[in-house]
Amino acid sequence: MRCTLPTILLLAVFLASCAPVDLNAALPTFDTGVDPNTWVQIPAGEFYAGQHEKYETTAAYEIMITDVTTAQYANFLNEALAAGSVKVDGDQIVGYYPGDEFHAVKHEEQINAGDWIFIPLNDPSQRIQWDGTTFTVQGGYENHPMTMVSWFGAWGYCGYNGWRLPTELEWEKAGRGTDTRPFPWGDEMLRENANFYASRDPFEDMSSYGSRTTPVGFYNGQTYDGYTTLDSASPYGLYDMAGNVWQWTGNVYEGMHYRFLRGGSKDTYDMDLRLWVRNNATPTYASPGAGFRCAR
Amino acid sequence: MQAINQRLNYLFSSTKGLILVAIAMIAIVTAVWGMLSGPMAEMGVREVVVKLLGMDMVQAEREGRIIILYHSIAMAVIAIEVYMITSLLMMKPFLKTAVRILITVGYIVTMIFGLSFAYFGHNWAFHGLYIFGLSLIFFAGVLLVTALWPWNKEYYQPDKTYARLKSGLDLERLAFFATAVTTVISALFGAIPGSYFGNSFEVFLAENIIRYPEKTTMEYSVIGHLHIMLALIAIMITLIIGRWLNFKGILHKIAMPLMILGTIVLNLGVWGVVTPLEPIAHMIIYVGATPSMLAALLLLIWSWGMLIRTGTAHLQKPTFSQKISALLRDPLKFGPTWQMLFMNFTTSGIGIFMAVKLDEIFRIWPAREERIELTGHWHVLSAIIATIILLYYGDMLGLKGKLRQFYGWGIILLSNLAFASVTVFEMKRLFISEAEQQPLVNMLMYLMDFGLAMLLLLLAVVMVWRLSDLFKKKGRWTEEMDHELSQEVLK
Repeated sequence: MRCTLPTILLLAVFLASCAPVDLNAALPTFDTGVDPNTWVQIPAGEFYAGQHEKYETTAAYEIMITDVTTAQYANFLNEALAAGSVKVDGDQIVGYYPGDEFHAVKHEEQINAGDWIFIPLNDPSQRIQWDGTTFTVQGGYENHPMTMVSWFGAWGYCGYNGWRLPTELEWEKAGRGTDTRPFPWGDEMLRENANFYASRDPFEDMSSYGSRTTPVGFYNGQTYDGYTTLDSASPYGLYDMAGNVWQWTGNVYEGMHYRFLRGGSKDTYDMDLRLWVRNNATPTYASPGAGFRCAR
Repeated sequence: MQAINQRLNYLFSSTKGLILVAIAMIAIVTAVWGMLSGPMAEMGVREVVVKLLGMDMVQAEREGRIIILYHSIAMAVIAIEVYMITSLLMMKPFLKTAVRILITVGYIVTMIFGLSFAYFGHNWAFHGLYIFGLSLIFFAGVLLVTALWPWNKEYYQPDKTYARLKSGLDLERLAFFATAVTTVISALFGAIPGSYFGNSFEVFLAENIIRYPEKTTMEYSVIGHLHIMLALIAIMITLIIGRWLNFKGILHKIAMPLMILGTIVLNLGVWGVVTPLEPIAHMIIYVGATPSMLAALLLLIWSWGMLIRTGTAHLQKPTFSQKISALLRDPLKFGPTWQMLFMNFTTSGIGIFMAVKLDEIFRIWPAREERIELTGHWHVLSAIIATIILLYYGDMLGLKGKLRQFYGWGIILLSNLAFASVTVFEMKRLFISEAEQQPLVNMLMYLMDFGLAMLLLLLAVVMVWRLSDLFKKKGRWTEEMDHELSQEVLK
């Protein structure tokens, strides 16, 4: 009898944890006023790179003000499909990648020339839908960052438009500017600065689906239905350079097939939002917490 | 004044007093710094603690702070093990006293000045004192090696029921000696790159560079250091528990050579990572780990058999349930080896599974997921070692009756609940997607937090009891003043 109550409580907690998550739960829609088609000019020159603030230099380049949105990616898929640059292969979209040089280093895997996955279509958290003829975006997610996209899919998007993925250094400089700040907006981080794990933004429900993406440019100082954000643009004016989604970068390093991601995400703590933090994954990896932006 | 002197004398010169102080220091640091962790940050507790204590948390210095924090805790754990060794094994009184003084001053200086430097602004004098504290501990280690010298005939084992050579050389003492020597040498593998990286103000956490194909010798050295030090602390506590339980007989005779061999080979493998042997270092490590783990298994088999035999001695033909009942009768004696067994599910098993399936499963996941496994894995191992110490400490306290049962089973069940939850959390990607994981993560977090919080509460109650005992003129502390652990070894 003494054990009954704790057993019932434990069972209740366990059963609650097994409840299915509604990945299509309604979400608020907000216009952030930030145009994802905007590009930002980053001047050539030195900047402090990495945690230990080493001087590095980049040439001048332009980079997208926000992550690529699902709407932008759906448009790309429709165009690229018509042009024959991508194709539907079962339950995934694939495109050609010319392959990497293989050095047979321990743990390195061969990336040969051929068709590689751009996006999976069968994943329940994929926000792009395919009806057999056209790609559309799930309602409400149009201005959210494109997620569930592999490195190949990010590389393919940028390349199709004549652009490229930013290098890690370019990405970091765009987020950090020329000083030593850890976050795009400065030294300290508050909940209203970015979308991170348990940041209590209007898109989050930690008892159910957890953290979800916020529209690109959401943290721009605007108030949305009573939720006030802080203007968290980087010194060059880029949004979402910390949190929301990890961002694929373009470097292909000798001796490893992993590709690097930067910026932290809706699913990580503040430590991963620091501008120098690196994450990496196989180039076929796709996640509801990983997206990208392009440079040119 | 005399009353204060007596109490200070108890706390800093008796074995049980020294262990009490070290446990209390660890408990305080764990309680305060635990409030800075991820789940506490979610609830806003971290912000309050940082403001309340005036901590200076510069983002770029997080990795450095963490390194100092876990060194501070680890040094106190090592001090506890040294107190136990110096109380369980025969050695020259002068060396025993010198080792204890050095390590006590060492870990307290390391902890106080290390944490002050890391979390409360950068007073470089404090950093110097932190290094000084670590140096004292190193020197204490060198002296301990001298004190344990097994070829001194005074320490030869006359009793043939224990592992010994024909000459009488005590193989158990040799196992302690081998572990102490290799610990001192392995400390250098951290100290040298520590100086190198520290002097150029660059620190890193090993789990963050694990996938880089090319690592420098110094980076390999740090990775080797952190693995072997934890392994050696685990090996040492296994030897200590064996001594306390009076491990002997045929299994002891098999286990001790295995432990010596395993310790040496394991260390050679780890040291090998900074040599051209690096490509096969892992294989050497597996070869070394196997006899060490086998020796621990033999201790487990022997101790469970002993508990069953002594618990059913009054019965002519004990049934299976009577044997199980005898085995579980005393959680403080059953607990340490049970925790060692449980470690195989939460640490060793996971580690082997990861190694076998690394490219197939774990390297498919993003690096941040792999980091969760790596950090979870060694946090659990560290915490299991801590619980084994607490179980032994419960016996040292002389807990009896229901209190003994409550304390012992509390530690075992609460820690097992928390560690099992951590293990499921680490492995969750095997059976649930990122998008659907939140309810499961919530439940696991509740279980982990409940287990750990209740465990800390249990420890806090014991600490408060011991603190209040110090205010009594004829408190328990007076009885413990001259007790040595060797007097309490099971007969």
